[in-house]
Amino acid sequence: MCEPRAARRSAAGPPLTGFVCVLLLVCVSVASASLDVGNNETRRTAAAETAEDPHHPTNSTGLKKAFPVLALNYDYVRKPFEIALWILLALLMKLGFHIIPRVSNVVPESCLLIGVGLLVGGIIRAIREEAPVLNTELFFLYLLPPIILDAGYFLPIRAFTENMGTILVFAVVGTLWNAFFIGGMIFGVCQIEGAQLAGVDLLSCLLFGTIVSAVDPVAVLAVFEEIHINELLYILVFGESLLNDAVTVVLYHLFEEFSHAGTVTVADAFLGIACFFVVSLGGIMVGAIYGLLGAFTSRFTSHTRVIEPLFVFLYSYMAYLSAEVFHLSGIMSLIACGVTMRPYVEANVSHKSYTTIKYFMKMWSSVSETLIFIFLGVSTVAGPHAWNWTFVILTVVLCLVSRVLGVIGLTYIINKFRIVKLTKKDQFIMAYGGLRGAIAFSLGFLLTDDNEMKSMFLTAIITVIFFTVIVQGMTIRPLVELLAVKRKNESKGSINEEIHTQFLDHLLTGIEDVCGHYGHHHWKDKLNRFNKTYVKRWLIAGERSTEPQLISFYNKMEMKQAMMLVESGSAARPPTHASSVSMQNIQPRESARGRAIPSISKSREQEIRKVLRGHLQNTRQRLRSYSRHDLLVDPFEDHVSEVRFRKQRVEMERRMSHYLTVPANRQETPAVRKVCFEPEHRVYTYDDGESPRGRAAQPRPGPADGVSLVSESPPGLGARGPDQEQEVQEEKEEQEEQDQLKLSRCLSDPGPNHNKEEEE
Amino acid sequence: MGASQTRSEHKHQHLADETGFSLEQVKNLHKRFQQLSGNEETIRELLDSVPALANNPIRKQIIEAFFDKRNQHHDEVGTCEEIGFEQFLMVMSHFRPPTLKTTVEEKEAMRREKLRFLFNMHDTDNDGTITLAEYRKVVEELLSKSGDIGQEAAKAIADAAMLEVASTNVPHMAPEDFYEGITFEHFEQILKGLEMETRMHIRFLDVGTTTMACGKSTS
Repeated sequence: MCEPRAARRSAAGPPLTGFVCVLLLVCVSVASASLDVGNNETRRTAAAETAEDPHHPTNSTGLKKAFPVLALNYDYVRKPFEIALWILLALLMKLGFHIIPRVSNVVPESCLLIGVGLLVGGIIRAIREEAPVLNTELFFLYLLPPIILDAGYFLPIRAFTENMGTILVFAVVGTLWNAFFIGGMIFGVCQIEGAQLAGVDLLSCLLFGTIVSAVDPVAVLAVFEEIHINELLYILVFGESLLNDAVTVVLYHLFEEFSHAGTVTVADAFLGIACFFVVSLGGIMVGAIYGLLGAFTSRFTSHTRVIEPLFVFLYSYMAYLSAEVFHLSGIMSLIACGVTMRPYVEANVSHKSYTTIKYFMKMWSSVSETLIFIFLGVSTVAGPHAWNWTFVILTVVLCLVSRVLGVIGLTYIINKFRIVKLTKKDQFIMAYGGLRGAIAFSLGFLLTDDNEMKSMFLTAIITVIFFTVIVQGMTIRPLVELLAVKRKNESKGSINEEIHTQFLDHLLTGIEDVCGHYGHHHWKDKLNRFNKTYVKRWLIAGERSTEPQLISFYNKMEMKQAMMLVESGSAARPPTHASSVSMQNIQPRESARGRAIPSISKSREQEIRKVLRGHLQNTRQRLRSYSRHDLLVDPFEDHVSEVRFRKQRVEMERRMSHYLTVPANRQETPAVRKVCFEPEHRVYTYDDGESPRGRAAQPRPGPADGVSLVSESPPGLGARGPDQEQEVQEEKEEQEEQDQLKLSRCLSDPGPNHNKEEEE
Repeated sequence: MGASQTRSEHKHQHLADETGFSLEQVKNLHKRFQQLSGNEETIRELLDSVPALANNPIRKQIIEAFFDKRNQHHDEVGTCEEIGFEQFLMVMSHFRPPTLKTTVEEKEAMRREKLRFLFNMHDTDNDGTITLAEYRKVVEELLSKSGDIGQEAAKAIADAAMLEVASTNVPHMAPEDFYEGITFEHFEQILKGLEMETRMHIRFLDVGTTTMACGKSTS
């Protein structure tokens, strides 16, 4: 009984102790770095002074200082050093939490990160140094955009547009209600309360209400990511947190302007409403323009694949900054840019670029999120605080109350217009998931210093943030399980679902037409047709512009399967499904004509072949020159993985032949895809029996000593090489086919011979 | 005049109870039916009266679904020459959304009904299974409006889809076995993730609006 426990403890021991050591080291170095700054400054100035004087005399007298073998100049690298150190600390924390499994199950990551921030802030405070605070510029210009871009680029469009009305109502009306309710109630209570709070005027209260009422996308993402809630709830809460930015921006500027002036007239209110439309629509337009520019640019990048991901990031960042220049809603601009750009960019960029874009976005947003929470913790310790029990408690309570009331009230109205109504469970999760986060803090920080309530506001804001993120964040997971809220169903891409999704779209559009009213599907259909006829032609390169969605989906899946086949680890196990069903079981027995292997368009096939060839080609035929701008596989690595890939080749061969129809019928169906290989020299070819009269094995010109059946093929074939032209001479075809059939019959037997051959 | 009014009211109420629509919705649909039929008792064909359908790749299947006797739930098979308002309403009732009061069992029943409707659209020869040929036809029709992709791609996609259904539902088949076609149970299984009861519905208006008048060509 004690044995396994001891064993487990010792198993967790080494990584844990190692981690703690690294953690201590990093903390100490951070502290010492801040300390060093002070020391270095004084040392440098003193040294400079003393160095000046002897320098002149030394020149004249000839007395020389010894040449410094080792010198210390921390100042030179100070700024990047500290930035890198902070990021490293953040990532090590993240790493650490996942090593300790028990804690990460109970406490969401965001809470732990805030805790770490508090700790580090405390350490820095203890050594009486200046801690970096989450100032507004750092947050809004560097930390927030990656997260929003990541969220916007991968936004589930279908769910978002289907619930757009609901999301907008919650974002706009809900935030307005929250802001005014909280602001008004606080003002009221402050008037009633003691003397110290009487100095808080209405406008300041409303400003405070605005700041604290906005649901924060970073916090929502951080918490909802871990509980895997169903898509509808996720998109409702998250969409609201994104779209309320416009309201927050307008109200914030409105109240800030007028808190100096002192009064707000009706005209100002109307201007405010007009401003709201300008801010939101303007932001979206800016984003859309940059998105289209980005899509258009990606059309021409087929020769410089390496820089493709950069275009996506840069155009999006520019969209954000451009919107911020005009005080438009940067978040909405960023979302609009990502959403607009995505379908076209994905059709244009190479597979590698697509993966790069995805991973870089995830990486940056992850780092940003971690840094934000740590800085929140540090800023809490560092910032100026003015704790006022009444004010703080009041704020927290009011936030909760106004959120609940807002959700219930709005849902009641919205349900009259929704087809799929929101249940009480949904409402609860929506109310409970309204978390506040770093945006509120930064906006509070942005308040001008002459606002004497600033420290009190900041304290209250931080308390609300801590409360929502820690208390609500920690308890939402057990609550979700308790209430048995529907979870996200993890479905991998299914071609049947895709077919039927499209089918349903058309069916519902048709029924709406029969019914006679222009509903949701009608407009969606119109938009799709417009997109297909005009927009795609401009923004997508080559023949992909006319590819229907179903075929793109299918090709994507084929690509994925090809990649999996090549890259899967073991040779023994077939990659995906455990079923032994193959094409043979489906094809009706009578028809021997049907192609066994699905055919795909030529360019697609080129891509897949390139992928396969890239892993399996003879190393001797590869360029030897090293170029920093090319993505070539390291020859050594290639060699090492050759053996591995050869094993997979065998497996693939086995799988492929399993799919082929019985060889006897092959006379009528020459469209056979074959793989042949020489055991000595790892030359693999993959033929392209795309055309109905295609040919079988296409041996590549191998090295001279490659003796095998392959080289006995008629020379005409080799000469024709990789290009598949339809024009095969009629007289040769018959002869070729016979040869090919002979060849293929010899090589196609998928029996145990292959293994033996390969192992020699 | 008054008598016939109440008589049609009764009829509408009866239809409303039978199909689950509200009285308002039945009335609106009746108005639409009369537009489509040219104020006659029955509709013979839909394509001319609804010009917007011309852009729809699966218009043939949609129209056939209206005239399909299987969708009337009277256990009949075959196609009708013409349909009356009752049949029209019956087909439309497949597209009703669930309400807040729908229980879990009712939702399940609704889902099966909608899936059955889809299944009937695919299974044109009514043998209880969707064969490979029928499925190929479905995909072909879907891609028919999208340019000249050709038969090959449609066949390839349909084959892959069939393979997927077979491998999910009958994972271990010997090489000689033949998968006849997609049965209704397999169909349900493969589309489980789509949650039909929340996806396959359109908005039926409760109040008569002028949008109903848009899109009609005959009067």
